[in-house]
Amino acid sequence: MTAYDDRSVRGPRAPLSAVERVLAVCGYHATVYARTWRGSIVTRVLSPVLFMLSMGIGLGALVDDRAGGIDGRPYLHFVVPGIVATQTMWVAWSESSYQVLGYIKWNMGYHAQLATPLRVRDVLAGHFLAITGHLVVATSLFMVVASLFGGFDSWSAVACLPVAVLTGLAFVTPIFAFTATQEGDNGFNILYRWIITPLMLFSGTFFPVDQLPGWMQPVAWVTPLWHGVEACRAVSGGWSASGGTVPFVGHLLVLAAYAVAGWLLAERTFTRRLAS
Amino acid sequence: MSGDDDILLRASGLTKRFGDFVAVDGVDFEVRKGECFGFLGPNGAGKSSTMRMVGCVSPVSGGELRLFDLDPATDGPAIRARLGSCPQRDTLDEELTVEENLWVYGRYFGLSRKEVRARAAELLDFAQLTERAGDKVEPLSGGMKRRLTIARSLINSPEILLLDEPTTGLDPQARHVLWDRLFRLKRSGVTLVLTTHYMDEAEQLCDRLVVMDHGRIVAEGSPRELIEQHSTREVLELRFDVDDHARHAEQVSGIGERVEVLPDRLLVYAHDGDRASADVHARGVAPLSSLVRRSTLEDVFLTLTGRTLVD
Ligand SMILES: Nc1ncnc2c1ncn2[C@@H]1O[C@H](COP(=O)(O)OP(=O)(O)OP(=O)(O)O)[C@@H](O)[C@H]1O
Ligand SMILES: [Mg+2]
Repeated sequence: MTAYDDRSVRGPRAPLSAVERVLAVCGYHATVYARTWRGSIVTRVLSPVLFMLSMGIGLGALVDDRAGGIDGRPYLHFVVPGIVATQTMWVAWSESSYQVLGYIKWNMGYHAQLATPLRVRDVLAGHFLAITGHLVVATSLFMVVASLFGGFDSWSAVACLPVAVLTGLAFVTPIFAFTATQEGDNGFNILYRWIITPLMLFSGTFFPVDQLPGWMQPVAWVTPLWHGVEACRAVSGGWSASGGTVPFVGHLLVLAAYAVAGWLLAERTFTRRLAS
Repeated sequence: MSGDDDILLRASGLTKRFGDFVAVDGVDFEVRKGECFGFLGPNGAGKSSTMRMVGCVSPVSGGELRLFDLDPATDGPAIRARLGSCPQRDTLDEELTVEENLWVYGRYFGLSRKEVRARAAELLDFAQLTERAGDKVEPLSGGMKRRLTIARSLINSPEILLLDEPTTGLDPQARHVLWDRLFRLKRSGVTLVLTTHYMDEAEQLCDRLVVMDHGRIVAEGSPRELIEQHSTREVLELRFDVDDHARHAEQVSGIGERVEVLPDRLLVYAHDGDRASADVHARGVAPLSSLVRRSTLEDVFLTLTGRTLVD
């Protein structure tokens, strides 16, 4: 019996497998992206490249000149893996805040999905998968451009890709959980100003966190971005700017913990918001 | 007599609470296979809250609800696989094209790509949207969007179609086009459950309906039965050139069965409207206009609740 016979005749229907459910939701997001990517692709690729040019090459010339680089290596090689990780936070932010509130409140896309056999869990999983796709594309594009500028000193840097995607997910799922509790701009403004921006500046992306005042360092250690930055750096040429305080797997575990905790929380906040 | 097998949907003591507020207050109803069942009620009556529970998208706060003999609390996905649902507010994706909206939606029900495309073509034809298939949804008229929502809700060949205010906000012509489509669906064997606050819509479409007010069902029956039970055969409408229609109510009291005072007119309920009209004139009362018409569900609602349906 084919799916056709099973699912479009009156009477009980064959249930969908988990894979079918997640791919159906992801398919929707892919269809939307196929219509809208032109509007966002340039900014998405350009912003990390601008950071690389201004910091890595502009500021980097000064750092290398005056201080002989960082640990004797060129500043560009220090900052590029950091930007790779940091970019995923931007992608996570742009895909998980207003966009998601739109599906909740404005175009009611989630409501449409939940009127079908799909459940909150499927709707989330499918959307997370689609955003994983965005993270892969954005990270790969930047890594290609960065390597054209000599941004990596080792081929092992290709391993930045999965690490960066995990870093992005460590932001995506908690931001989803937060978004489902929001009504409008206010919460997003606070999140952006007080979390996203400071994280970008103080998570070791542009300078090692041991340059920070002592009390700020533990703050960096509990935020996901520092772990992402350190892990990306670790795989691209064996940098350990933290002096090896945390082993590589430790970084990955922290990132995975953020992603999983965010996911569980998101299931709760979404259920409360959408199935009331 | 229809057997128990014929009952697709059964609610008893069905209740919806939002915090302390009771939006649906213990309603009982049954919907049989192939009929068109309606909820008629004013804003805030609890129609959408009821429909959302029936559509298995909003959990039941109390009482019992069964669709296809299944419990939404445990079998939501299996039930929703067999339902079509048009919520009060369209949930189309306006950035996608008309046909993309259908393709994407069919996949949520586990239909293959090929099947989805075939169904979409049929449904666009049914919804008279074939010419707009490749256009974006956003610029379509309200009536077209509503028809697209209905087409989309049919992608899985549902056994029950839920329509929450299918024609609110549409112009009369668009409403008639939509009614015609709904008649066809019913003829093809789809069970319809709809809400409306238009009495003409309820009269046109519903085999049976319940009148809802403040979360409760205040009457139930076919449109004809409801009118016979709760109103007179005819109504005499009188308009005067003053604001205070209550003053004139005294002058005509005792004529017909009952007199109802509205802000802009008096309604005299009578079995013979012409005779009531003659009686009014015989008392020397001179309205600006007087009109005899048949009773409608609006009159039923007015009798039961003392208020009009559309305010
Ligand atoms: N999510 C919610 N939270 C709190 N109150 C709600 C919620 N949804 C509905 N209500 C309240 O429940 C009552 C019934 O609302 P409902 O939408 O079911 O009415 P309705 O009959 O569909 O009205 P309308 O004709 O305006 O669509 C209203 O007073 C409404 O404010
Ligand atoms: Mg409503």
